[in-house]
Amino acid sequence: MRKQKEKVRYSEIIPRTKQWPIVQLSKDRKAFIEEVSKESFENLKKITRGRSLREELEMTVYREKLRMKANPWRVDPKDEKPFWNSIQDRLVESANLPAADGKAVEEKLLYEIIHRYAEEIAGNFKKNSYRFARAFITFGFARLLNATRVKGFTSMFSKQLDLDDKIHIVGEPEHIRALAKKGTVVMVPTHFSNLDSILIGWVIQFLGLPAFIYGAGLNLFNLKIFAYFMNSLGAYKVDRRKKNPVYLETLKTYSSMALRRGCHSLFFPGGTRSRSGQIEKGLKLGLLSTTIEAQRIMYQQESEEQKARKIFIVPVVINYNFTLEAPALINEHLKRTGQERYYKEADEFTTSYKIATFLFKFFTKGSNISVTVGKGMDILGNYVDMEGNSLDSTGSIINPKDYFISQGEINVDHQREQEYVRILAKRIVDEFHKYNRVFASHLAAYTAFKMMERKNPKLDLYNLLRLPDEDTTIDYEEFKKAWKKLRKRILKLESKGKVGVAGHLKVKANEAIEQGVANLGMYHAQRPLVKKGEKIIIQDMNTLYYYHNRMEGYGLEKHI
Amino acid sequence: MVSKSTSNKPIGVIGAGSFGTAVANILAEKNQQVWLYARTPGKAEAINESRTSNGYPIHEHVTATHDLEQVGRSCDVIFPVVPSANFRELMKDLSPYLKPYHILIHGTKGFDLNVNRNKIDDQNPLTREHVRTMSEVIKEESSVVRVGCLAGPNLAREISEKKPAATVVASHFDEVIRVGQNLLRNDRFLIYGSNDLIGIELCGILKNIIAVGAGTIAGLGLGENAKALFISRGLVEMVQIGKALGGNAQAFLSLAGVGDLMATSYSNLSRNFTVGTRLAKGESIDDIISTMEEVAEGVKTIKIINELAQTYSVRCPITETLNRIIHKEMTVDDAHRYLMKFPFRAEIDFD
Repeated sequence: MRKQKEKVRYSEIIPRTKQWPIVQLSKDRKAFIEEVSKESFENLKKITRGRSLREELEMTVYREKLRMKANPWRVDPKDEKPFWNSIQDRLVESANLPAADGKAVEEKLLYEIIHRYAEEIAGNFKKNSYRFARAFITFGFARLLNATRVKGFTSMFSKQLDLDDKIHIVGEPEHIRALAKKGTVVMVPTHFSNLDSILIGWVIQFLGLPAFIYGAGLNLFNLKIFAYFMNSLGAYKVDRRKKNPVYLETLKTYSSMALRRGCHSLFFPGGTRSRSGQIEKGLKLGLLSTTIEAQRIMYQQESEEQKARKIFIVPVVINYNFTLEAPALINEHLKRTGQERYYKEADEFTTSYKIATFLFKFFTKGSNISVTVGKGMDILGNYVDMEGNSLDSTGSIINPKDYFISQGEINVDHQREQEYVRILAKRIVDEFHKYNRVFASHLAAYTAFKMMERKNPKLDLYNLLRLPDEDTTIDYEEFKKAWKKLRKRILKLESKGKVGVAGHLKVKANEAIEQGVANLGMYHAQRPLVKKGEKIIIQDMNTLYYYHNRMEGYGLEKHI
Repeated sequence: MVSKSTSNKPIGVIGAGSFGTAVANILAEKNQQVWLYARTPGKAEAINESRTSNGYPIHEHVTATHDLEQVGRSCDVIFPVVPSANFRELMKDLSPYLKPYHILIHGTKGFDLNVNRNKIDDQNPLTREHVRTMSEVIKEESSVVRVGCLAGPNLAREISEKKPAATVVASHFDEVIRVGQNLLRNDRFLIYGSNDLIGIELCGILKNIIAVGAGTIAGLGLGENAKALFISRGLVEMVQIGKALGGNAQAFLSLAGVGDLMATSYSNLSRNFTVGTRLAKGESIDDIISTMEEVAEGVKTIKIINELAQTYSVRCPITETLNRIIHKEMTVDDAHRYLMKFPFRAEIDFD
């Protein structure tokens, strides 16, 4: 029987939902959209990028029409075509007007486009459906868990097991709770699976934090069930197909203004799910830059009576033994040649049925998830203490406002802020590596793949992945030797605080390897690794490669 | 040119060596007050009394001090110009008085070794991880992020004699370049800007190796052809190891690369060049160092680069032979015979 352990329960830090900034925001949604539109409009008029407004508009219309034709989605509104045709017509008509009139039309069209985008981006948070969705996830998952883990159907209503038995929250949860009271929190998690959005939603409410707003890929709204949960969990929509400057500016303004209003936010800074299985290295700087801009604007607007709220960045690392989409993701990664193009979403998350099956499998088999909540940082990546004070490397308190000061005053310097975003992004990546928790399954994948590499030094990656079956068998004793060497190295890294290690990795080698091999990608049709007698057999090189990538970036390759 | 002060705040220069003094004098032309920090109270006093530093007269706007706190608190912009061996220690002392609004532009052309030497062996060779450029030291030891460096053909004596010159201010921040230009530019001192901070720092550091070598050629009296041969081979070597350490090839063709290399490899005013000429005359490195008034960064750099070149498998025949000379494994004569036989390859990949 399972040992009854003391469970941590977190109380809500702001029990009255009415006071949540997100509730305030959704209450005057309309006014907020106006505000966002106005500010984006002013910003866009200032930034010219060497093009006239007319050229900018023509380009936007052209790209939008191309997108509608090349890559339509179910979620796209029906009036899209007429809208863009109308913009185009009026733009063409106005070409012959006198300069001043023409400009007036151009600006009007720009505003219309921005407004449409803002309307599309804006979330539809509803307090009541948030409550419902939240209860549904917690209750539903917990019931499912009990039904399947504790003997049979009657235990459906047992309270013995909860979701938090399945999902381990480690790291510094108290820190994020403290910071959410002191200022505005921006959570930046790693992104491997579409499940992350729901998982993080659960983590946020489990920790007793008010709802966060977050940018979710518009493609996820294609699915009704996801759309419902995401809307009610505070999602706003990010459409990766739209890369025109007008859209990007509107999106950034939306995020920046919501932060200034004190809405806790969540970005997946890697942009999309990691295709290769590697921890994000290159972060998307666009949304991240809004944290720095918003913080600077808040400092500019602060007064003696009303001190600026601080923005805190909290990295979060999610660890799975298994990523449902791995086969599709890695294939895409391998196929992709350089440039990011439009691509069709063709992976395991395309139908509600598949998700349901996945969830069922997830809850019926013993494969745990760990979520590491990192230490809070300020907008330049300096750690902050429980009071929210930024600390420099020696532990002295510094004021982030000073980063924006030149000759005694705050000034706006976009190039400087761009550089700050880079510094912040680098800090986040460092933290990701630090909080990454090595599971036995990750290490098994890494060991096996690296051994294949060693055995075939002449082959490049693509040929290696195409090795015939008879060449993908490893002697167990050899495997164990290499595995132990790597584990030693990882434990050394852990002692230096450079990576986290799951407890189950520290048991006897045979046991840990067995568990690792068994858990690695356990729900895939073809498990990447199996142990047969004294052999480790690789059944799927591609997914093995995917899981092995998780351990890249620690300089482990020298030790095999 | 009309000099306009950009800020009423004093400007700080840390390190009253010959280059620090030269920088302070240039700054004083456009700024009302320049603090020149000297390592001991006695030295600061002596400078203020004699109105000279390192043998050069100082501008009336320059005041020497031994108070780091005063420099840190009163200045927004500070120029640290101290030998690389003392740089980290200095930053640790200065750090309590630094805030994120500070701008630091350093003028030190050497590496900081950030590792216990006993831990370095065959198993665990010296890597880029273990060496820091000065801008990296500043960022590690303080909360300052707006960091830049000064590099270029800037022989201190000539600057003090008010001869024309130019320099490069490199920083990731346009703001830092702008500030550097505003504070330093005058009608005989041109300032170029560059965003390749690490590349420009590496230029300044690596050229010292070649300057030592050029000094040996001059010391042996081998003539200008030989020297030109040596310097151009040396430039290739600089680019190759520089790229391995994270620099761009382009930086080496700039004023801070070729420009500085020319000036130091042809001048008795250069300390590193002088080390070379004295080595050629048969003096031992220890004697040379102990009798020099200021640090020749090149000697320390040769040892570090020699190790890094092995780690990264970059052929650096010049650095390698100079390292042997320093360690008395080879005479200067032998070294030159060896290099003349060495099958150099000249290709540089500029991508």
